[in-house]
Amino acid sequence: MLLIRCPWCGEREETEFRYGGQAHIATPRSDVDDASWARFLFHRDNPAGPFAERWVHIHGCRRWFHIVRDTLTHDITRSYLPSESPEDAG
Amino acid sequence: MHPNEHALHNPEFLWRNPDPKPSYDVVIVGGGLHGLSTAYHLARNHGIKRVAVVERGWLGNGNAVRNTTIIRSNYLRDESAALYEHCLKLWEVWTEELDYEILFSQRGVLTLNHNLHEVREGHRGMYSNQLNGVDSEWLDAQAVKEFCPIVNTSADLRYPVAGGTLQRRGGIARHDAVVFALARAADRLGVDLIQGCEVTGFDIQRGRVTGLVTTKGRIGAGKVGLVGAGRTPLLARMAGIEVPLQSAPLQALVSDIVEPMLPCVVSNALHVYVSQAHKGELVMGAGRDPYTSYAQRGSFHILEDQMAAALQVFPIFGRVHLLRTWAGIVDVTPDASPIVGITPVEELYLNCGWGTGGFKATPGSGWVFAHTIAHGAPHALNAAFSLDRFETGALIDEHGASVAVH
Repeated sequence: MLLIRCPWCGEREETEFRYGGQAHIATPRSDVDDASWARFLFHRDNPAGPFAERWVHIHGCRRWFHIVRDTLTHDITRSYLPSESPEDAG
Repeated sequence: MHPNEHALHNPEFLWRNPDPKPSYDVVIVGGGLHGLSTAYHLARNHGIKRVAVVERGWLGNGNAVRNTTIIRSNYLRDESAALYEHCLKLWEVWTEELDYEILFSQRGVLTLNHNLHEVREGHRGMYSNQLNGVDSEWLDAQAVKEFCPIVNTSADLRYPVAGGTLQRRGGIARHDAVVFALARAADRLGVDLIQGCEVTGFDIQRGRVTGLVTTKGRIGAGKVGLVGAGRTPLLARMAGIEVPLQSAPLQALVSDIVEPMLPCVVSNALHVYVSQAHKGELVMGAGRDPYTSYAQRGSFHILEDQMAAALQVFPIFGRVHLLRTWAGIVDVTPDASPIVGITPVEELYLNCGWGTGGFKATPGSGWVFAHTIAHGAPHALNAAFSLDRFETGALIDEHGASVAVH
């Protein structure tokens, strides 16, 4: 069970949240080629190490946010607002 | 007792432990069951003599011995049914072919349905299976009770058992014995099984792979097959290939040893699948954790939910003790079907994405992948499971194939 810090509600148990996959994926223009569209739809980083990802506090404030979590240790080093980039979050 | 039973279970010799040669015709990266099966079939079916398997850990370490050993072929899509049925037919002859007691037991896989929607989906799958020549039959709640008496079919359940589909030819095998059997068989055919050998890079010249950089030095290779399960994306990236996989923990557990009580494999939409091993432990699998992870452990609440469901369906489990839990890292594709085929790099081949259900595919996966490597083009059975389907859109959606969340 992860303990996840929601930027609005504070630290809560993982079961209050739902996972949203990799963060900071930009939606391409609809006229891009098939390869770019496939990359957008299906390809996500799958790093062994720090990973910026989206979560939603589905059983709480129901708002989306981002965390940086290490996929080897499950340590969560940052929790930040969707409007922020992982670099400028504290 | 079989006169050679002791010898069959504990043969005096399994495999050599060779140092890598300077080069091979084919190098398989990953010594799990699919890697071993590929190497075995390269030698057996295609007569390729200079084959090596490089494994960063040791044989019988990863998902090969972390799975719940369930074997079945009752997949929905035509492409999947053909591939998994080929696997099941090979399981049916493997004990003899590999000359090793792998305890393959066709005790039947029963998939329970708990509401009208599931009953309809169960029938849809059953009819699809029957059209594809895969055995499947419907059991109503009373027939479920007769087939597996410890299932609670009372109407008082929160999710009462409405019935289920049964594949009688499905079952289990002893997974570590399959590792030993395959490794021994491959070794006998001259395959070098090189343990403790991690790949750190690839030699690629003019778009064609020519060798590997490993912790045991450079190894030249005419062809390379990547069979790294959850670590495949890391390997593929070294070769400049992006593979749409996410790695996540999938948990399983065993109970202490109990009297025989469960005559078949049972799975259901409440996210528990269970069988009783030959020795007597109950072996159960859970859903996977939702997030990307390379840590071989999962969250406890997943197990807790699963135990709650198990106790609903099998009240007799109430006094069983949980002995051990663990997790394996599964490699999951966007359509929950594997990727087996060619890559943009010449003579570099890919076999991955078996996700939460790869054990059952061990024989056929190696069989078709060996064919793909030997011929430089896929076999008819794996042609649809190509890497480029995510670009063409010809997905093989098997999200409904498993009771566990993919």
